[in-house]
Amino acid sequence: MSISIDRSKCVGCGACVEVCPGNLLVLENKCARIRDVRDCWGCTACVKACRRQAIAYYLAADLGGAGTKLYALDEKRTLTWRLEFPDGSQQSIVVDKTQSNQY
Amino acid sequence: MFAAIRLAETHPELSILIVEKANIVRSGCLAAGVNALNAYITDGHTPDDYVEYALNDANGIARRDLLSTMSERLNAVTRKIESLGLVILKDADGNYIARGARNIKINGENIKPLLAAAVKSFSNVEVLNHVNVVDLMLNGSTVIGAWGFDVREPTIYRLRAKATLMATGGAAGLYRPNHPGFSRHVMWYCPFNTGAGYAMGIRAGAEMTTFEMRFIALRCKDTIAPTGTLAQGAGAAQINARGERYQHRYGNTTSERLHAVVSENLNGRGPCALETIGITVEQEKALEHAYLNMAPAQTLKWLETKMPPSIANVEIEGSEPYVVGGHTASGYWIDRKRRTTLRGLYAAGDVAGSCPQKYVTGAFAEGEIAAESIAEYVAAHDLLPLDRFNAVEEVERLFGNPRGLYSTDELEEAMQQSMDEYAGGIRSNYRYTDAQLQTATAHIDRLERLSEGLRAESMYDLLKIYELRERLTVCRVLIEHLKARRETRWHCFAEHADYPDRDPTFDCFINSRLVDGKVEIILRRLEDDGIEEH
Repeated sequence: MSISIDRSKCVGCGACVEVCPGNLLVLENKCARIRDVRDCWGCTACVKACRRQAIAYYLAADLGGAGTKLYALDEKRTLTWRLEFPDGSQQSIVVDKTQSNQY
Repeated sequence: MFAAIRLAETHPELSILIVEKANIVRSGCLAAGVNALNAYITDGHTPDDYVEYALNDANGIARRDLLSTMSERLNAVTRKIESLGLVILKDADGNYIARGARNIKINGENIKPLLAAAVKSFSNVEVLNHVNVVDLMLNGSTVIGAWGFDVREPTIYRLRAKATLMATGGAAGLYRPNHPGFSRHVMWYCPFNTGAGYAMGIRAGAEMTTFEMRFIALRCKDTIAPTGTLAQGAGAAQINARGERYQHRYGNTTSERLHAVVSENLNGRGPCALETIGITVEQEKALEHAYLNMAPAQTLKWLETKMPPSIANVEIEGSEPYVVGGHTASGYWIDRKRRTTLRGLYAAGDVAGSCPQKYVTGAFAEGEIAAESIAEYVAAHDLLPLDRFNAVEEVERLFGNPRGLYSTDELEEAMQQSMDEYAGGIRSNYRYTDAQLQTATAHIDRLERLSEGLRAESMYDLLKIYELRERLTVCRVLIEHLKARRETRWHCFAEHADYPDRDPTFDCFINSRLVDGKVEIILRRLEDDGIEEH
């Protein structure tokens, strides 16, 4: 698992840099960069913190990944996950924060 | 954070400082969330039931007094975290809905942000984010704070305190992980939990206990996502490649569930899986949501491979071993007030030893107990002067080292390889022999010497060097504990191939202390709850 940062969307706000539990993200020329993609744990803290949805989470090839990107939009009552499949199709899953897991 | 909240609420006159390597909003093992509260006294059960369960799961190597003082607070701390905003599943009458005999269902995605928000609401709590604590500061054997450095700016902090609570995570990254290449950090436990809390205490001479009871997680293959949600939540049983349910042949303690998978694989009946084929569409959707709230990789895998759990069983595997007192019993030797053997130093959560199966709520309970003990202590003691402070010279030396042959990354990989091959990693199905452990010791000694010559060129490099050194310290102590328990008390967790059976001679705690640079082993009786009065 790791992340991919879209430099064209990043505005250099630093929200992702602040929350990464491994201090892996840095701002360079007003754009976020991960020091080493191999060091990502896959917690998605940065994906949720990015208001521009510039950070995508993906399954690495050694984990069986097939190129789908996962984005998150963290709002007050909901967390909306958006999958962007390699063929361009998309799927969204809205998680209501006020609801518990059923399992 | 829970300890700080307790202390801030009850003692507004005290000044409390939390120091965190990252940011308390999303740090450590709960950064992605948590799937359930796994330590709760459900209807029809008592705290004593929980104590017996934990003692049984540990095959007797745990402290009844510590488990008891933890268990009696589990439900109160659950109500507290709910009051801070955690969503817990309830029935129509407002009662929590149990997931199993000892756990309840929640939405734990935001558990860290909730705690961080509560901390920030107190004016007497200060938070230092992005400051990595390296070592305790001492006056004789009394702890009077700690020192650390900013991971971004060239600043060293000397943090003096009347009392110090060690509440770091345990140790990951000691062993070669399941995916040592690109996905080297895809592991059960947070890879940024390096064992710093243990290492600081070891170096300061604190007594440690039960490091040999390693924790190895049984996880969904590749994503290393939790299996409990499928097994307990959706009722999925373990099956082998022949479709046989085999768990009953091995027992049902935590280590036996893992041992079952290892044994089925070794006997040519793998791969093993959780039997999910046939679950309903509603169950599948609920599982997708549940995993997004704690381990999004699993949901992503189901959706992108178009092999959801209703049509494909979920393959399982064991992780690499960890040292983590929130699950097993490794950590500081403490008394029931959560005092360590060093005056002024307290321990709670993953670093507090001999109190296994505490999970999130047990760690909260220990944090509360420690906070109350600290309040008593600081009211009766003055802040002592510092003996000496060599940190600046030490840091300057690491920045001044010439560029050498080896990088921090290389030494870390070498450490993980040595532990994997010679100290019971995945490669040997978690088994080891005395001869192998001797070889492991030689490798760790060599790597410790080489780590002295590492060069830092940035504060982040400095962080990586100290993290490696923390892990090497934990490895050294762990190996000595594995050598000392000359029996097999727990399959996989401590499976000594020279001594494959349980031996009543070892109905005792294996403790240790670093004395003049050497790990000294101390055997303590199971009834021992003593730390001499400070």
